[in-house]
Amino acid sequence: MNILILTIIVLFSLSSYYFGRSEARKLITTNKIRLNALPSYYGYYLAVWCGLPALIILSLWSLFEPTIIKILILNNFSYVESKDLFYEQTLSFFNGNFTGEITNDIKIAAERYTSLNNIAYNSKIALLASVLVFSTSYAFKKVKSNNKARDDVELILKGLLFVSSLMAILTTLGIILSLLFESLKFFSTINLFDFIFGTSWSPQRAFVRDASTITPEEYLELKDAFGSVPLFAGTAFIAFIAMCVAVPIGLFSGIYLAEYASTKVRKYSKPIIEILAGIPTVVYGFFAALTVGPFFRSIGESLGLTVSSESALAAGLIMGIMIIPYISSLSDDVINSVPQSLRDGSYAVGATKSETIKKVIIPAALPGIIGSILLAVSRAIGETMIVVMAAGLAANLTINPLESTTTITTQIVMILVGDQEFDSPKTQAAFALGLTLFVATLFLNYIALRVVKKYREKYE
Amino acid sequence: MELKNSNIKIKSKNLNVYYGNKQALHNINLEINNKEVTALIGPSGCGKSTFIRCINRMNDTIDICRVDGSIEIDGKEVNDKNVDVVTLREKIGMVFQKPNPFPKSIYDNIAYGPTIHGIGEKKDEMDKIVETSLKKAALWDEVKDRLNEPGTGLSGGQQQRLCIARALSVNPEVILMDEPCSALDPIATAKIEELIDDLKKSYTIVIVTHSMAQAVRVSQKTGFFHLGKIIEVDTTEKIFKNPANKMTQDYITGRFG
Amino acid sequence: MNKEERLKKRHNSEKRFKFYGLLSVSLALIFVLILIQNIVSKGSSAFSRTTISVDISFDSKLLEIDGPITKKSIENAEFYDLSVESLLKIYPSKDSKEERQVLRLFSPDYEYEIKRYLIKNPDKINQIASVELTSSDDVDQLNKGNFPRDLPEDRRRVSNFQLNIYDNLVEEGKIGKKFNDYFFSKGDSRDPELAGIGGSLMGSFFTIVICLLLSFPIAIMASIYLEEFAPKNKITDFIEININNLAAVPSIVYGLLGLGILLSVMDFPRSTPLVAGITLSLMTLPRIIIPCRASLKAVPPSIREAALSVGASKFQTVFHHVVPLAMPGTLSGTIIGLAQALGETAPLILIGMVAFVVDIPGTPVDPSASLPVQVYLWSEQAERGFVEKTSATIMMLLGFLIVMNFIAVYLRQKFEKKWN
Repeated sequence: MNILILTIIVLFSLSSYYFGRSEARKLITTNKIRLNALPSYYGYYLAVWCGLPALIILSLWSLFEPTIIKILILNNFSYVESKDLFYEQTLSFFNGNFTGEITNDIKIAAERYTSLNNIAYNSKIALLASVLVFSTSYAFKKVKSNNKARDDVELILKGLLFVSSLMAILTTLGIILSLLFESLKFFSTINLFDFIFGTSWSPQRAFVRDASTITPEEYLELKDAFGSVPLFAGTAFIAFIAMCVAVPIGLFSGIYLAEYASTKVRKYSKPIIEILAGIPTVVYGFFAALTVGPFFRSIGESLGLTVSSESALAAGLIMGIMIIPYISSLSDDVINSVPQSLRDGSYAVGATKSETIKKVIIPAALPGIIGSILLAVSRAIGETMIVVMAAGLAANLTINPLESTTTITTQIVMILVGDQEFDSPKTQAAFALGLTLFVATLFLNYIALRVVKKYREKYE
Repeated sequence: MELKNSNIKIKSKNLNVYYGNKQALHNINLEINNKEVTALIGPSGCGKSTFIRCINRMNDTIDICRVDGSIEIDGKEVNDKNVDVVTLREKIGMVFQKPNPFPKSIYDNIAYGPTIHGIGEKKDEMDKIVETSLKKAALWDEVKDRLNEPGTGLSGGQQQRLCIARALSVNPEVILMDEPCSALDPIATAKIEELIDDLKKSYTIVIVTHSMAQAVRVSQKTGFFHLGKIIEVDTTEKIFKNPANKMTQDYITGRFG
Repeated sequence: MNKEERLKKRHNSEKRFKFYGLLSVSLALIFVLILIQNIVSKGSSAFSRTTISVDISFDSKLLEIDGPITKKSIENAEFYDLSVESLLKIYPSKDSKEERQVLRLFSPDYEYEIKRYLIKNPDKINQIASVELTSSDDVDQLNKGNFPRDLPEDRRRVSNFQLNIYDNLVEEGKIGKKFNDYFFSKGDSRDPELAGIGGSLMGSFFTIVICLLLSFPIAIMASIYLEEFAPKNKITDFIEININNLAAVPSIVYGLLGLGILLSVMDFPRSTPLVAGITLSLMTLPRIIIPCRASLKAVPPSIREAALSVGASKFQTVFHHVVPLAMPGTLSGTIIGLAQALGETAPLILIGMVAFVVDIPGTPVDPSASLPVQVYLWSEQAERGFVEKTSATIMMLLGFLIVMNFIAVYLRQKFEKKWN
């Protein structure tokens, strides 16, 4: 149905373009007026005023109509237990493919849905039609009075451009709102303190479906299900192992490529190393789970150690390999931007190349290098697939890299995969974790950017 | 006036330098005398900087640069395979066109050289070295109370004297200066020229300069370079009062360059 | 320590340092090689499938076809009895257990494969023809050498009895390998030998197209606004800060966003490329804006001044002159951003694109999986046969990414003007 309306609006706009253009031309020939813009701009003007308001209203209407109808209907059924399920049943009953027990409530709800649907449909058509007529006639009057069509069109276009750039803010807003909304629901059930400082994490215990019906006894049990300290620890531990791999290899690679390597070596090595950054993380996860994890386990067995096949070591190692290019590329760039005059000053005093690098260049490039390391850490803690596939699922507070631990991102995935009731603390916990992750990476990125900016100012 | 033949510190023989396919220096034969200031003059881009960079093998840091011929310091070939370039550069100090102090404290700028060469390992030894170098560079009085402040916070002229002090800190025998005053104002320039006059008592100095007046003021011997070739070498007095070559005459009278 | 010793120590230190650098670069390069070699060695066998040639007797009586034998009547016939009878002829046995094992040598699709053969060759009716049937996953892996034969029988997936028949078939030359077109044409399946990426390929395709259609225009318009028209005020600064932040947000957060708003509030259909495309476009938006702005910035002011001086409006200057010059860099950045979106898994898992889809999706609102999600799903399966399928899927994925990156680099190098 909407497609039909859309097509009508588009055709209408298209024809108004030609109409507007020909009217403008008429102004030249019959009234001998000098136009303020090319005739086509009048066409565009008319077309935009015809189509745009209608399109905006159509989109907004279609976007929100289902939700509003749902809210209106469910309003009368506040006593129903599982609202979403009830609504689904109502809809399928309305559509004629409901196979369950038809209760009275469902019948009433379906009738109400039918009437609301009709009202909505009619009002939508009426609104669109009137908007179409009004905006088009307004624009047409303007055209006839020889408005500065090009300026007007350009103003409208500029508005469009501005709105596009607002998408960035809208997205951030969307992220914050969706995370906050669910997290606040979560924190109304589970104490913030228990969440941040609790040390046991087993959300499977949270059988409760509706948060408002938790008894104090149930809450005591729940309290111990959502302590996220082992998650923070696991995330930090695996990220630490990853950095132990990535920082030395990345930094030394960056130094070698910037200072020692010939142009030919650099030309080929740099892109190949950057391939590591382009490989999807699911591939790394597969490699880690299938090859590296079991490999470490068998080595461990032959050495007499118990190594989990999902060891933090395996996951951390692979994550580190993935991060190498982030550090090596950034370090390479940063080192290259240190002015040659500093190197000359050091060589002239009789220093070797490595002494110059260690004592003059690295200290000079340090803020940039630290910035790149911080960004890499941020990448590491936000990484999901490698840890989902290669690290463990059980929250385990340990500093033994041969055991398996779990991370924030793994838990988010584990909670949300599979059937879940959207109102349970379990699902909301995932959003609370997401909020923590978002804040942490934001913080790291902010510091990293500040550090790098300070460095740039020194040399530019 | 007689040239002091027996006191030759640096000698170049048939020196040719190439940047890739372009030849920058053609058959340079030049002798620098000990404890004297030798000035190299000539229009821009005619190889003067390239020449002095050969003396302390700074051209090694440029990949496409190829050096052919010989440079001897105290009779020993500089480009010999057995020569340790790090030790060589300890004996030869260099000051660059634009002052390039390290982004470290004034103290650390001076202490850098001695530290890597293992001189002045104890703190009071190093303090002494820093003080001596700064005094020799006529900078001590101005900075003695702020040795821990960054070297980049000094004025242009002070920075250049800091760079000279840095060069002096490892006890070189030769100091190479590549247009050291071109980025400085007249007062700072005058201070440095005064310093050069003082330093020549203990060090051999080769200075590349654009300013003929400066060459006259500070040097005893002058070499005129043009398009990678040495046109004329003689005492400063002779070059500027009575040059043998017409091109030299044209240059110093401002006909070109 | 005297001067000489110290000098030697310094030079050794220099050599060591350089060595560490070389070692690091080599390690990084070796990692790439190991990864690729590992994947390719595991995955290349997926491009072939083992077939067993069986003589099928197309008895029309068994097919219960009365009347004329037309294509339609063949399509409507039941092939089960005919198939089982012909297959069991390989090892005639009265033991039902043994019969089951014989049948299990073949992929469960044998009925349809035989039917398809007859439809393609209707002249074989009432004759005996040799048909190449796909073997089961266990035989397939056995044939490809992935099963060690020396394990005790109860730890093997192929019994001694089946092994015997297999060896006989090999001797008779009835075991063959064919190009595995199933891998490309079929959707997901519980049987690894019948599983293909057809479904996830379409899923990824729809997702990326939607992502492109949404993010490209908006990103370009936003970049043009920010670079050419935006006044230098707090709002503009705020927008820029937002863009830089969004580019660094972990992708899983975008999954949460999709789940929280698109699926819950706006009630979009779950598991569809539509939702995946919208979610990924939000993620790709800042990744296109940043290179696009850099390209716009790189266009020298002299071009703009030249256009303005002949009387063009700001808009005409920007759209007719500046934007075309910034296109190579922008397109290059877009392709790279899309390549990253193609490889994204976590956000898609969260919005439910983990559907087990046997049929290939025809529209963006059919549930499906995407290539990387398929890799994830298959890697969780126990059957050995899925290992090679997963690796082969990764090879396809990497192949696409390499091609895309190539095009991006080529575009940038060929068409971008250096303004020096």
